Amino acid sequence: MICQECNQRPATLHFTKIMNGEKAEFHLCDKCAQEHGDMFMLSSGSGFSINNLLAGLFNIEPSYQGANEAALDQQSNVLQCEQCSMTFQQFVKVGKFGCAHCYSAFREQLKPIVKRLHSGNWTHNGKVPARIGGSIHLRKKIEELKTNLKELIAKEEFEKAAETRDEIRKLEKEMNGHQEGGE
Amino acid sequence: MSLEKFMNQAVSSWMSSEGPDSDIVLSSRIRLARNIKQVNFPTIFSNEEAKSVIETIKERITKSTFGKFGDLELLLMDELQPLQKRVLMEKHLISPHLAENASYGACLLTENEEVSIMINEEDHIRIQCLFPGFQLLESLRVAFEIDDWLEEEIDYAFDEKVGYLTSCPTNVGTGLRASVMMHLPGLVLTQQMNRIIPAINQLGLVVRGIYGEGSEALGNIFQVSNQITLGKSEEDIAEDLISVVSQLISQERSAREALAKTSNIQLEDRVYRSFGTLSNCRVIETKEAARCLSDVRLGIDMNYIQGISKNILNELMVLTQPGFLQQYAGGPLRPFERDIRRASLIRERLKMEDQELGG
Repeated sequence: MICQECNQRPATLHFTKIMNGEKAEFHLCDKCAQEHGDMFMLSSGSGFSINNLLAGLFNIEPSYQGANEAALDQQSNVLQCEQCSMTFQQFVKVGKFGCAHCYSAFREQLKPIVKRLHSGNWTHNGKVPARIGGSIHLRKKIEELKTNLKELIAKEEFEKAAETRDEIRKLEKEMNGHQEGGE
Repeated sequence: MSLEKFMNQAVSSWMSSEGPDSDIVLSSRIRLARNIKQVNFPTIFSNEEAKSVIETIKERITKSTFGKFGDLELLLMDELQPLQKRVLMEKHLISPHLAENASYGACLLTENEEVSIMINEEDHIRIQCLFPGFQLLESLRVAFEIDDWLEEEIDYAFDEKVGYLTSCPTNVGTGLRASVMMHLPGLVLTQQMNRIIPAINQLGLVVRGIYGEGSEALGNIFQVSNQITLGKSEEDIAEDLISVVSQLISQERSAREALAKTSNIQLEDRVYRSFGTLSNCRVIETKEAARCLSDVRLGIDMNYIQGISKNILNELMVLTQPGFLQQYAGGPLRPFERDIRRASLIRERLKMEDQELGG
């Protein structure tokens, strides 16, 4: 797709603007988007980093608009990470956290944003660090087996179900040992 | 310096070797973002903290080497010339951000340049594996090995619920960006890309130009990568990308077949005109060079041109970037001078092919 402004470069930024119920689509290249940013009510200056777009997510969220704006301001003024003292407002502006603890400090506010970024997901399902992950590994394994168990029971495969149940018990014992040992 | 010698030093593994499906997939890349526990993210960290990150990494590499790839070389950004940084960037070994803005940025490189670990970029640690051809799972496996090796000694910032914690919430979870660089002239010529890109976007994947975010698709080279990093396992993310890329490969192949059937002579003409331009030009801009290189590579893949090595596109796309040209010239060049240099480098490179054929 070619940029609708310069009609030369390929469009890399595509967005739909809905204003007073009227929908308009825009297809711009990076350069034109930077140059004509304000025309399309997009932030200008440092270009279109993911941060600008991230900050933009807040404006799209209807509950944050209008009446709730004041409440949000008040709330986020106090909201601060006790570890690195980044405020929530600062995070919204830069789109990046100050430290790992920010994830806990802003957890509630963060959840809807992260979900929107990762198509509704809020739970990590991948690799877990080997050293710190001992009990996490076990817990995930147990959860997996429990789902298996339910399926097996539903399919009336009781022999296999019994085996799985024993395995779960064994792992649960192991995990308790893990936790006691760790403390 | 002779071009041959320069190239031996300049060309990384991903540009010169051939991998699976390398007629269409130029390279496969895996990036894992990691941060060190109890240290503020590069967004706000102090100089002392930045130095401590480098020290932690130094300690790690002196303790034991990562056997498989030989020694890792530590390059501190502050000690490099701007041109050297630019060259690393053009080879996709470091990011523009690390080259230009990072404070106390550094990078660990293996000799064959398949693995680079960026330090103090947006996150403390970014492991990157760049393999020739379509080898995403292989690349992921190696990235995991390096990740495990680092983690033996380094405590990562990790949350049981949301996974690896990254400075930007777009990377949280797996911290994984899997991307594949593809040469898709057939789909561009048959004007199918406009239709395909939005479809790919809907699957949670992104299509970009060769030099990452915001860059245009020079020489019909596209980068396809995952956007979502949370909720799916690394293998699933890679598999999803692989299935889309496989479809793109087969669509590109059928587009090429269709082109050969419907406009054989026009295509051959286009290929040879571009070949003519590259072999004879005296001044050439990046854009034109990229377009002609793409045509010639297509010509090689479709057997219109014989006796020229396939990796000429990968190589010359990188070697004709401003940083490389200036390094080859041994000093800074103005844009017009670069265009002259670019033309002579391409002509020389094509002559090397002739000699190889003769000998």
